Amino acid sequence: MIEIENVRKSFGPLEVLKGINLTVPRGEVLTVIGGSGSGKSTLLTCINGLEPIDSGKILVDGIEVHAKSTDLNKLRQKIGIVFQQWNAFPHLTVLENVMLAQVKVLKRSKAEAGAEAEKQLKHVGLGDKLSVYPSRLSGGQQQRMAIARALAMSPDYMLFDEVTSALDPQLVGEVLDTLRMLASEGMTMICVTHEMKFAREVSDRVAFFHKGVMAEIAPPEELFDAPKDPELRQFLAATH
Amino acid sequence: MFNYNFRWNQAFNSLPQMLEGALVTIEIAVLSMMIGITVAITLTVFRLSGNRFLSAIATTWVEIARNTPALFQIYMVHFGLGGFGIHLSPYMSLLIGIAFNNAGYLAENFRGALKAIPDTQTRAARSLGMSSGQAFTNVVMPQMLRIAFLPMTNQMVWAILMTSLGAVVAMNTDLYGVTSELNARSFRTFELFAIAAVIFYLLTKAITLSARLLAARLFRY
Repeated sequence: MIEIENVRKSFGPLEVLKGINLTVPRGEVLTVIGGSGSGKSTLLTCINGLEPIDSGKILVDGIEVHAKSTDLNKLRQKIGIVFQQWNAFPHLTVLENVMLAQVKVLKRSKAEAGAEAEKQLKHVGLGDKLSVYPSRLSGGQQQRMAIARALAMSPDYMLFDEVTSALDPQLVGEVLDTLRMLASEGMTMICVTHEMKFAREVSDRVAFFHKGVMAEIAPPEELFDAPKDPELRQFLAATH
Repeated sequence: MFNYNFRWNQAFNSLPQMLEGALVTIEIAVLSMMIGITVAITLTVFRLSGNRFLSAIATTWVEIARNTPALFQIYMVHFGLGGFGIHLSPYMSLLIGIAFNNAGYLAENFRGALKAIPDTQTRAARSLGMSSGQAFTNVVMPQMLRIAFLPMTNQMVWAILMTSLGAVVAMNTDLYGVTSELNARSFRTFELFAIAAVIFYLLTKAITLSARLLAARLFRY
């Protein structure tokens, strides 16, 4: 379970998270929507401790992310994150990309890591690209590789930060399909996205962020069909 | 005026000794590069550490190495340290002097190379649970060494040529030293130094060429 309690966060004078409260139970697929600068991406990087917070706390399975005593490297093994920019490691083959952290962090043997990497890459449809370097892949393929790389660490939670925003439109579908597949397998996921149709389809709940505040959270049919928050109504009208 | 008689045969008879000298030159250059690269990586980590003291050490090293003559650096290792009672052989002084110079230039090259690697690479590595050290060693450093590969090759060429500065510390077993001693005995100055120059040229060409082949093998991405 991910518990976010009254989290505040500023970049200089700009407060990007103004007291967020949110609980995500295991198995839930939560999507987060909202305009740019609404704080939704920042929240994700705070959840796995890549960004410090100013006040409040975030608990993952009861472990406080920003406590000094927390071993962040260990905690991050539980929480996979995939970014808008896929960040393939260019000097490693696709297989090696997915093996690296398994060997270095989880201390798996090369054989074990290789087998797991192959399994995950097949899972995301890259079984025929194992020995290729990332520069030979399309953006969509690189993004799927990044997803496999995170999944190979056997995380309990997956965070997706606008993973389709940097892709050419014709490549968005293959990545969303991968996310749909994970959702159907019961993975606990928080997806920050601009893909409304996708959000409506896969989510258990959808949260709308506006100017650092979680203005509304509800099951998708309720949030999309009967939005209460005036800003959300405006946002939905603009994106349709 | 031009009544110099070339005696190439006499000079060519000394070729085996000169080639032995060339081996010493290669040895010093290779060792100085190995030390130089290791130290340069350390200096790079010092600069990244955010620790002011370590950072100052690295900056001072780089500044001195790049802004004073290599000849002074070698001279200081030999005679400067000698003043403190540390007496090094000409071989060691030359090796350490060149390694000092290499490390300074390479650390600067590495810094430039690092700028070309996006921060998001480190972030991606950290998000997979890698420590900052693991992220640097496994993700950043290999890319840095690739970007800096050409400057490293240039520095290796410089290292070969810098061995001739061993003259100031009475080094007499490297290519320059051997040639110089042969010259002192035979006075076939032009012939001997022309042959030495050709050997230097062939050495540096061989380095450039093998670096290119090595790069093609190493960097397939």
